[in-house]
Amino acid sequence: MHNLLMLLQASPEAALNNNALLGAGIGMGLAIIGAGLGIGRIGGQAVEAIARQPEASADIRGAMILTAALVEGATLAALVFALLFKLVK
Amino acid sequence: MIFQEPDIGAMIFHHTGDSKVVELPFGLGEWHLPGPWYIGNLDVSPTKHVVFMILAAFLVFVTLWYGGRQVAKRHREGRGPRGLGAAVEALVLFVRNDIAVANIGHGGEKFSPYILTLFFFILYCNLLGLLPWGAAATGNLAVTAALALTAFVTIEVSGFLALGPKGYLKTIVMVPPGMTGFGAVIMAAIMTPVELVGKIVKPFALTLRLFANMTAGHFVILVLLGLIFVFGAAPPVIRYGVAVGAVALTLFMMMLELLVAFLQAYIFALLTSVFFGLMRHEH
Repeated sequence: MHNLLMLLQASPEAALNNNALLGAGIGMGLAIIGAGLGIGRIGGQAVEAIARQPEASADIRGAMILTAALVEGATLAALVFALLFKLVK
Repeated sequence: MIFQEPDIGAMIFHHTGDSKVVELPFGLGEWHLPGPWYIGNLDVSPTKHVVFMILAAFLVFVTLWYGGRQVAKRHREGRGPRGLGAAVEALVLFVRNDIAVANIGHGGEKFSPYILTLFFFILYCNLLGLLPWGAAATGNLAVTAALALTAFVTIEVSGFLALGPKGYLKTIVMVPPGMTGFGAVIMAAIMTPVELVGKIVKPFALTLRLFANMTAGHFVILVLLGLIFVFGAAPPVIRYGVAVGAVALTLFMMMLELLVAFLQAYIFALLTSVFFGLMRHEH
């Protein structure tokens, strides 16, 4: 457990709260799994669409960035809430 | 034994957080801001992020004013703009045509000054955060919340003006077209909270996206640099290896942050325009 805390860079006071830190780490990881799947699919499909129809690449790129931003927003909300576990002692 | 001395976590929060002290460049020391100033119980004393916001606003004014005047002058003389003027013209045209007008639809030209203001202000705030001794004001939840709140009020007011009182009420109390009587009441009762949540979630998402993106970038850079201190007591081979690797990765992250600074300004302007369009073409 001490090694894990060292990797999480927990201060000695926060070590009392190590379960919350573990929860924050797991939550961040889960959020990133979802975001990776979502944005990866958006990017992959956009590349496929551009390969099929290169003349529509400007529209596809705009839609891709917009959708990726929406996915990213939800993910970052999860990350910010996970960060609260580190901040709240 | 590798151990955490100094406390990297505390250092990161110290660097990304707001403070009453501005670190001045080139060994000029520190500038302790005046204060505390109170209006009632409200603390309105200036902080580091306020200073950098004012600096960003000033830089936006200077570059755009100079660029705009140069473009106007050279167009009057029948020549194309060059240098800074050309850069300003290209960015302004991109934001106006491809972000504002393309997503707001007809009547979008009216809102392009607001979208342009958002874009350039956020861009300058983001870029100031990348300078040594600089701070990203957009990495502060209060700043992004205020930006999103102004966007929210503008969107709702413009929707009210475009749709009229009856049309605006329809964006809150949603009844699917063609439903009447009891079914309409049930649908309205279900959909009204959903529509209200939908209205509130938009500025909330804008706030968190910008804040978290800017903060996360600074966190990554500071964590990479912090690795050097974490491995400070390790054998020399590991120590120097970690330092070289960390600095190389920091350089890469800085390049990525440069992209993110533009991308986040673009996304904030784009999403605000999309919300304008959604609101004004509800009917």
